[in-house]
Amino acid sequence: MTGMSSLTRARASELATAIKNGEVSAVEVTQAHLDRIAEVDGTAEAGVHAFLHVDADGALAAAAVVDQKRAAGEELSPLAGVPLALKDVITTADMPTTAGSKILEGWRPPYDATVAQRLREAGIVILGKTNLDEFAMGSSTENSAFGPTRNPWDLTRIPGGSGGGSAAALAAYEAPLAIGTDTGGSIRQPAAVTGTVGVKPTYGGVSRYGLIACASSLDQAGPCARTVLDAALLHTVIAGHDPLDSTSIAQAVPDVVAAARRGADGDLTGLRVGVVKELGGEGYQAGVEARFNDAVALLSKLGAEVVEVSCPHFTYGLAAYYLILPSEVSSNLARFDAMRYGLRVGDDGTRSAEEVMNLTRGQGFGAEAKRRIMLGTYALSSGYYDAYYGQAQKVRTLIARDFEAAFAQVDVLVSPTTPTTAFPIGEKVDDPLAMYMNDLCTIPSNLAGNASASFPAGLADEDGLPVGLHVMAPVMADDRLYLVGAAVESAYAAQWGGTLLEQAPALEGTAQ
Amino acid sequence: MPSISREEVAHLAHLARLDLAPDELDHLAGQLDQILGAVAQVTEVAADDIPPTSHALPLTNVFREDEPRACLPAEAVLAAAPAAEDGRFRVPQILGEEQ
Repeated sequence: MTGMSSLTRARASELATAIKNGEVSAVEVTQAHLDRIAEVDGTAEAGVHAFLHVDADGALAAAAVVDQKRAAGEELSPLAGVPLALKDVITTADMPTTAGSKILEGWRPPYDATVAQRLREAGIVILGKTNLDEFAMGSSTENSAFGPTRNPWDLTRIPGGSGGGSAAALAAYEAPLAIGTDTGGSIRQPAAVTGTVGVKPTYGGVSRYGLIACASSLDQAGPCARTVLDAALLHTVIAGHDPLDSTSIAQAVPDVVAAARRGADGDLTGLRVGVVKELGGEGYQAGVEARFNDAVALLSKLGAEVVEVSCPHFTYGLAAYYLILPSEVSSNLARFDAMRYGLRVGDDGTRSAEEVMNLTRGQGFGAEAKRRIMLGTYALSSGYYDAYYGQAQKVRTLIARDFEAAFAQVDVLVSPTTPTTAFPIGEKVDDPLAMYMNDLCTIPSNLAGNASASFPAGLADEDGLPVGLHVMAPVMADDRLYLVGAAVESAYAAQWGGTLLEQAPALEGTAQ
Repeated sequence: MPSISREEVAHLAHLARLDLAPDELDHLAGQLDQILGAVAQVTEVAADDIPPTSHALPLTNVFREDEPRACLPAEAVLAAAPAAEDGRFRVPQILGEEQ
């Protein structure tokens, strides 16, 4: 493993082994990624623009600590020295945290999120913070107050969202690992449209302490990577009970690494797979459906028993989600009141606290944040509460029951991750309903809290862009995602002669 | 399905403490109307006897020992505030002059 390009193209697991064996230093690995970022990341105007903040000094210092530990003969944790891109909705005491919003521009949190702390303890090198739709609300990263991220497959297209920065950083070889957060699909949809791997763990599987809240009953942080095993190794680092998050599950983390290794053998004999009838058909791009059907055929070929399953209430998932989510958003974003942190506008000695609050929120929040705050305020207001929010909560129960009934028959469910491939930047930015359709397949798992993931499933014929296979597993059965994902990955690697990302057009020096 | 008027949108903006420009109000009124029309689909589902779910995990009352623990240093918290004075958050006037 020599040369800059091979360091940035290597898997996280390979880098960790090379660092452990002294074939390369953690500082060299970090420097190679910083150089790659300088080469391709660019600015809000041009380049990938995956990062909002790069902490070169901090990253090199963290890498040097790993090298010193190795030199001192200390045992290194499995991903020690491997660089990572952290979604900028997770607090870091040593770097600004903006949530993609002007209202938090320049804010330095007084504490590290549990996820950030666990990454540091594992010796993982945080390169910087990645771009996202404001407060993780969007499916294209166009709602960032700091300019869009561009899809490394085609810089005129969206990288998905809200975690477009994290997914693009992986696809552009700026980092081998990334952290995302998923409220309605924000890890899985970007993974699908960039040809990478994204896992939304079981709700409560990864601590939310220090994750700036979008919708608290739906938000879940998770691993993003270019390979299934790398995602599993990262999952193990960040998952597990945290007393600082009262919704964190106090159970052993499923053995996702063993599942990923077992899956790589490509034998799914005995696994029961359900194809969700309601997630397909009208509104789905032909190339997406074709690649999805190929993936289902592949699962059969690998020994799985595939049946069709009906989840009748999934049809109402989007509607229920766009009542529940804005309701929680309107409440969560009330904390941005211009008093304790973030932006303050108009504090000239003549205006009252309430006037300053109104001005600050009016100028600090972007269009989508405002839309959702208003929608939530409406749904929670008296006279509409029962008809909208109350009814949406009942539909949420019915969706959870659909999952229960389905998982009584099958081990995992599958669907396309998204109805379409990556669309051009600007196409849907002021058409909220069209934008919301992106999360049609991913939302049910957020409402029910079960584990789900997206894995690369090939390229759509009509546009040559990546398609994702969406796999859903029961609560705390996250290991099944990795079993299926690794089996599909190894079968496709044999078929394609490598990873899907290796088919992406070159992105050399776009920032210059 | 109720249609939402510009006046209602202005009232919502007030409740949500959002100062919106007139053109923003017009634009949002149309979009909110369209979104509410779509999400009203939930009312089609027969769910009278279905209990609501507010949270995916069946958790109730998570307790910890009631022991004093260190909290964040005041300086660290105030360092991130828009304005601080005498070890406290400085805020614009809350009460009117006559109060």
